Amino acid sequence: MKDATGRPQRVAVIGGTSEIAQHAVRALVAAGGVRDVVLTARDPQALEAFDPGVATATLAWNADASDADNTALVADLWAGGDVDLVLVAVGVLPDQAAVEADPAGFAAVAQANFTGPAALGLRLAARLREQGHGTLAVISTVAAERARADNYIYGASKAGLDAFFTGLGDRLHGSGVDVLVIRPGFVHTRMTAGMAAAPMSVGPDVVGAAIAAAVAAGGTRTVWAPAKLRPMMAILRHLPRPLFRKLAESRS
Amino acid sequence: MAETLTGWGRTAPSAATVLHPDSAADVARLLGEPSARGVLPRGLGRAYGDAAQNGGGTVLDVRGLDHFTLSDDGLLRAGGGAGFDAILRESVPRGWFLPVSPGTRYVTVGGAIAADVHGKNHHVDGALGAHVAEIVLATPLGERRLTPADELFHATTGGMGLTGVIVEATIRMKRVHSSRVVVDTDRARDLDHVLALMDGGDHAYDYSVAWIDCLARGARLGRSVLTRGRFADDGRFDYDPNVRLRVPPLVPGGLLGTATVRAFNEAWFRKAPRERRGEVQSIPQFFHPLDGVRDWNRLYGPRGFLQYQFVVPFGAEDVLRGIVESLAAHPAPGFLAVLKRFGAEGPGHLSFPMPGWTLAIDLPAATPGLGALLDGFDERVLAAGGRLYLAKDSRARPELLRAGYPRLAEWRAVRAQADPHAVLTSDLSRRLGLTADTAAARLRLVSEDAA
Repeated sequence: MKDATGRPQRVAVIGGTSEIAQHAVRALVAAGGVRDVVLTARDPQALEAFDPGVATATLAWNADASDADNTALVADLWAGGDVDLVLVAVGVLPDQAAVEADPAGFAAVAQANFTGPAALGLRLAARLREQGHGTLAVISTVAAERARADNYIYGASKAGLDAFFTGLGDRLHGSGVDVLVIRPGFVHTRMTAGMAAAPMSVGPDVVGAAIAAAVAAGGTRTVWAPAKLRPMMAILRHLPRPLFRKLAESRS
Repeated sequence: MAETLTGWGRTAPSAATVLHPDSAADVARLLGEPSARGVLPRGLGRAYGDAAQNGGGTVLDVRGLDHFTLSDDGLLRAGGGAGFDAILRESVPRGWFLPVSPGTRYVTVGGAIAADVHGKNHHVDGALGAHVAEIVLATPLGERRLTPADELFHATTGGMGLTGVIVEATIRMKRVHSSRVVVDTDRARDLDHVLALMDGGDHAYDYSVAWIDCLARGARLGRSVLTRGRFADDGRFDYDPNVRLRVPPLVPGGLLGTATVRAFNEAWFRKAPRERRGEVQSIPQFFHPLDGVRDWNRLYGPRGFLQYQFVVPFGAEDVLRGIVESLAAHPAPGFLAVLKRFGAEGPGHLSFPMPGWTLAIDLPAATPGLGALLDGFDERVLAAGGRLYLAKDSRARPELLRAGYPRLAEWRAVRAQADPHAVLTSDLSRRLGLTADTAAARLRLVSEDAA
């Protein structure tokens, strides 16, 4: 159960190797109240290096999972009692030129960033609804709000994810379950290593802390990280195409 | 249809199917067909935390069980959903008062017994359970009529609704010869002063409570206004509990900031007389001052608030002082806190009061660092042999809370006999592992599954 200050007792992370997710877990554990954490990864051995500082279990899951796999995962996550927070932190940043050269690869991107986590999201939502409380948080991106020439494949797949969980949050209104859609900007992680940083870029610790704060505050919301991205994206989203193109080009 | 519920503090909501039984037979039937996530009775929802929530399960709103009769010799026989407000409207003009009244009259008989509530007279009269002659308890195994000779009776007083549904109870009321209270007020300059006044003089009063300014620091640390009284003997009965103020439904957060509260506390302390004797107050004024403002819990905005209440035994005054100091130093806008000197411990297995000092303070849930601050207090309280109050708790670490209740194992055993399939459950019970210590088993299960 979450407590009155919004601290979850039991946390599950789908995609536990995500640096953002690991920082979120650290921030939640530091606030106290977290009793155990369950992490999933494509290869659970990759999680050995991460110690959240509380009792931790690991499970295998990847975005190609079948519905039967998803059902089994949800059963495992709930095996010992209610889960108060599920953080979905999976995704890939594709080599866009490679996908353009071989479009067969697009399906894998969509599976990893959208259809895989969304299908699991349906199972998670149903289970959370049954317990009548809990938070489902998903890491989206500002690129889901408006894709650019140099990230439209990534952006489109994340836009699907973003729309899915945003709508799911409204669908779950009144069920006791909150859905958080987290939209980070450019984050310095393994995934973005070697890329030119965008304005307002932050470290994964900033996004992790924003996630922990949003979980504590409760409610179904969209969270921009850092928060000042929200007004910026409100403008960028509505910029005329030529102007937006010019702005995006000036960066690359 | 699921309904989202919270406690009075408006924190940690969960959704449950709410049903509205209006007879003991209804309750028995509903207990016999429980949902997978169990059943819990709920009264007026005045527990601050999650005691009357059952996420994903069934909640029985027992307010329909509101019948009551009062005999001429002061025996109140009331449905579990009967409210203290309705009872007082009937009983006070007839010369009977509740033997124990908490700080609000908007509680039900069932809820008050399940929390084994205390009032300003605990040092003389104990908690409510001491005045209950009989409980009619609906359990999943059928209806039980319980008296203090039954162990299940003592598991139920303070049992937080987890032993069954109180469909009826018989309470011995207190004879009064007036609806008015004669009150003595003393302003105490600091914590030592108020503790000395209470130690030295509480025995001469039926009712005693101190309000502490938890924002005052330094030499004024723990400055208080102590009010003590007893019922008048003037034969006048002019009880008028009508509510005059109401807080609108939408209040922004952060209204009760530290500066606002500090100014309020200052004004309130200055307004109190240094020493006044024999002031006549009404029952609502003396016993239920906050009931005069309907929905005052909304003042804390959308994030809500919590009430932190603990007791430490006599001799642990340094722990009390340390906590008051920490509250004053932390930027947590604590409105007036209530300090009370408890009398003897009662027989309820999970009853909160024990001989010592109890402090209760309301704090906005969004206060930065509040969770960690209170976790630290818990450790000091438990190390001193004290405990936290289940009816108020909304955040304690399960081991720490449970450690304050040495009779927990006994309670679990008696409870399990009345409810072997664990039909009765609550968010509070899940969060704290009250009925069973599931936390340790969880990870083993997950790990085994994974392996």
